[in-house]
Amino acid sequence: MAGAAKSGHQLQLLDFWVSPFGQRCRIALDEKGLPYEYLEQDLANKSELLLRSNPVHKKIPVLLHAGRPVCESLIILHYLDEAFPSSAPLLPAGDAYARAQARFWADYVDKKVYECGTRLWKLKGEPQAQAVAEMLDILRTLDGALGDGREFFGGAAFGLADVALAPFTSWFHAYERFGGFSVEEECPRLAAWAKRCAQRPSVAKNVTPPEKVYDFICGLKKRFGIE
Amino acid sequence: MAGAGAGAAASDELKVLGVWPSPFVIPVRIALTMKGLSYEYVEEDLYNKSALLVGSNPVQKKVPVLLHGGRAINESQIILQYIDELWAGTSLPALLPSDPYERAMARFWAAYIDDKVRAAWVVLVFRYNNKDEWWAEGVARAGEALDTLEGAFRDCSSEGKKPFFGGDGIGFVDLVLGGYLGWFGAVGKIIGRRLIDPARTPLLAAWEDRFRAADVAKGVVPDDVDKVLAYQQALLARLQ
Repeated sequence: MAGAAKSGHQLQLLDFWVSPFGQRCRIALDEKGLPYEYLEQDLANKSELLLRSNPVHKKIPVLLHAGRPVCESLIILHYLDEAFPSSAPLLPAGDAYARAQARFWADYVDKKVYECGTRLWKLKGEPQAQAVAEMLDILRTLDGALGDGREFFGGAAFGLADVALAPFTSWFHAYERFGGFSVEEECPRLAAWAKRCAQRPSVAKNVTPPEKVYDFICGLKKRFGIE
Repeated sequence: MAGAGAGAAASDELKVLGVWPSPFVIPVRIALTMKGLSYEYVEEDLYNKSALLVGSNPVQKKVPVLLHGGRAINESQIILQYIDELWAGTSLPALLPSDPYERAMARFWAAYIDDKVRAAWVVLVFRYNNKDEWWAEGVARAGEALDTLEGAFRDCSSEGKKPFFGGDGIGFVDLVLGGYLGWFGAVGKIIGRRLIDPARTPLLAAWEDRFRAADVAKGVVPDDVDKVLAYQQALLARLQ
């Protein structure tokens, strides 16, 4: 983004426009009111800066703070909480059990949603049907974790688990179309939670519109020769 | 499970549900010992899971589970952070450093181990009966991960001047990698050399010796290689 002013905090984010993992970081930075420089990466032609900042995985997102790299989106979220303690916290202070619960659900989302979702749109026939069944199980589990009467995963405050899952709400539409189900019907609490998240400026601004995600996946399918 | 609004008191009862050779259970037990905490250890049969295990971890039904004042905390690294946060103080060893950037580095390497070492370990444990090229691939992948961790250790230990990833004392990354040492010993017997090869990764090999020798590791890091191999055989037989 030309002309982006560097902040006094010297925060930069190496990212890719549609990445839900990168969007977690963008949401967190906005929730915390932390200005940063967004640096779009060409993943087909990785920059020296990216390769130098994440030599082990060569992946985005990478947060650079005064030039020092922090990699892995959930680790970046923890770092932002700890390095900027006066900003809006993602994890509740002083409640180790609540923190453990938040981490459990963020970790669950991390392990399950993207990998299963990829199989859902990439595969056909029986393997796809299995991916659909698994995705429904994952979404129902998340729906159950929300329970009744809870605004967000941790209660009243928008936190770590919400930030971990929020970008994937845009991918629900694609999963629904490829999988032949409705999140609203199968997981009404999760659907309501997704609507509440979408009302937050940090989410509305940073999450790719569902139709664009769907078009992006269709583009990938064409490129991989899947039909 | 009913949970009171208030947190469990630090003095409340602690229980660990686990299986003795698990790389994910061992770090939790060592961490509790490091903090001077006594706990009840419950050995589970993963093919006949107790009602307590299934009730405590209904989503994953896996070990380890830490029960504290009746509430369940799941996932090995999440449990370690819970323990570190609840039992903190100048007289207690810290598992994670206090500096945010150093914490991020420790979490990064712990995540790396959970990704790359775990993937190799799954092959080494569960594909052993086939002893095919996939198993040899597991050995190769473990070696590559250990090569990278040798570099990580060099960075974390100030060029090998400190004994552990955590510096002067055992820390988060040490615990996560240390959990695998029982299995590394078993694989070592199968391949006829240490899996952490002193010729290839000398700093890590010295680290392994130090970790095994630590008081807190005694009785928890399996050192009877044949016992681990027998456990593996029993496991594989049940999978047939």
